Amino acid sequence: MAQIQTGGGDGGRNQPKKHNTRVDFTPMVDMMLLLLTFFMFVTTLSKPQIMDIAMPSDAEVLEDETPKVKESRAITLLLGEEDKVYYYLGKIDESSYSDYTTIKETTYSTRTSNEGLRGILLERNAEAVNLMRELKLERLERGDKMPVEEFNERSNKIKGDIDALTVVIKPLESSNYKNLVDALDEMQICSVGKYAIVDATEGDLFLVENYRTRGAYGEANLAPQAR
Amino acid sequence: MAKAKKHDVWIDMTAMSDVTVLLLTFFILTATFLPPEPFRVVAPASVMEIKIPEYNVMTVLIGLDGKVFLNIDRPDVRLQALEQMASEYGVTITDQQKRVFVEQPFIGVPMNRMPAFLDLPMTEHDAAMRQYGIPNDSTNNQFTDWIQKARAIDSDMKITLKADESTPYPIIDKVMKDLVHIKANRYSFITVLRGAPEGF
Repeated sequence: MAQIQTGGGDGGRNQPKKHNTRVDFTPMVDMMLLLLTFFMFVTTLSKPQIMDIAMPSDAEVLEDETPKVKESRAITLLLGEEDKVYYYLGKIDESSYSDYTTIKETTYSTRTSNEGLRGILLERNAEAVNLMRELKLERLERGDKMPVEEFNERSNKIKGDIDALTVVIKPLESSNYKNLVDALDEMQICSVGKYAIVDATEGDLFLVENYRTRGAYGEANLAPQAR
Repeated sequence: MAKAKKHDVWIDMTAMSDVTVLLLTFFILTATFLPPEPFRVVAPASVMEIKIPEYNVMTVLIGLDGKVFLNIDRPDVRLQALEQMASEYGVTITDQQKRVFVEQPFIGVPMNRMPAFLDLPMTEHDAAMRQYGIPNDSTNNQFTDWIQKARAIDSDMKITLKADESTPYPIIDKVMKDLVHIKANRYSFITVLRGAPEGF
């Protein structure tokens, strides 16, 4: 058997020492743990989130099937260019078309401040927001013992209340995908249960153009017939 | 107190190493890699915390120029849909081409170009797909055909839309209208997580 003589010509001690064959596994374990943490994070973080959307069918809806909402509790958002949002409350009648101040302009809110769109929605939906906050607090106090079904049922009841805010989102052609997702996000944050994505009408385009030109467009062009 | 001998503090790390190797193998094997996309997309951020389901998902990838691509995650559904599409559009697909089709996660060429596309080497697929996309205009809407075929095979398949955050709205609107038109009223947008604002 070939053996490496380490001791030279010592004689008598030609076997290697026992404890020298022991390999230190500590760096190996270090590396393994690092790889392990990496894979654990990658597998959980790489999964994207989803936002569920339910669109109404495009089949003709019968007149008495259309959901009734209180006019005073409705707000229409027109998503415009360069992250601008135009909005108006309730319904537009013929006389308000000529007035360019019918619609107001705001911006999307950031994470840290409620200024802009979120502030408006929170103010107008204060009741539902407070009820939702109480519900979440109750869930927290009961130590997450509240069944998901009960929570969903009660939150649906709050959001679906006749006096809860109804939001109509009308993205204009100049807006982008991010604007739409941001607006839908605000619905989630501000506990708005009744919202819909609808195409902008001729009247909406007229109002926005009139607002941009500070009323000059409205004087030069005829307001579309209210439908 | 007696001083502990130096060689007594040696801890045997072999067992520890065994455990970590096992765990590592487990995580590597369970990791599911996202299918490589023909182009990079920055999904918009949202406070939604619902994760995308693991299985039975269709992903519609929308390009900035309005081109659409479709990913059906189940290979069996994908293959069946291809067979139905091929017979409907009068295209013959060989067994070899079918094997390539199952390997390629995204569908992104018109049916009449499908055989030629599948004969290309895999490395050229992405570039070829970017050139075409699935036709989705009103006279030749193969995009809705693909979705209808897949939904006919399994109606529980979830539809998700993935688009870049700077995509102009009319492009998204077109896809959304197409989906509603084929009675696929429920679908989801793919977003990335951002924290909810303070107090919500």
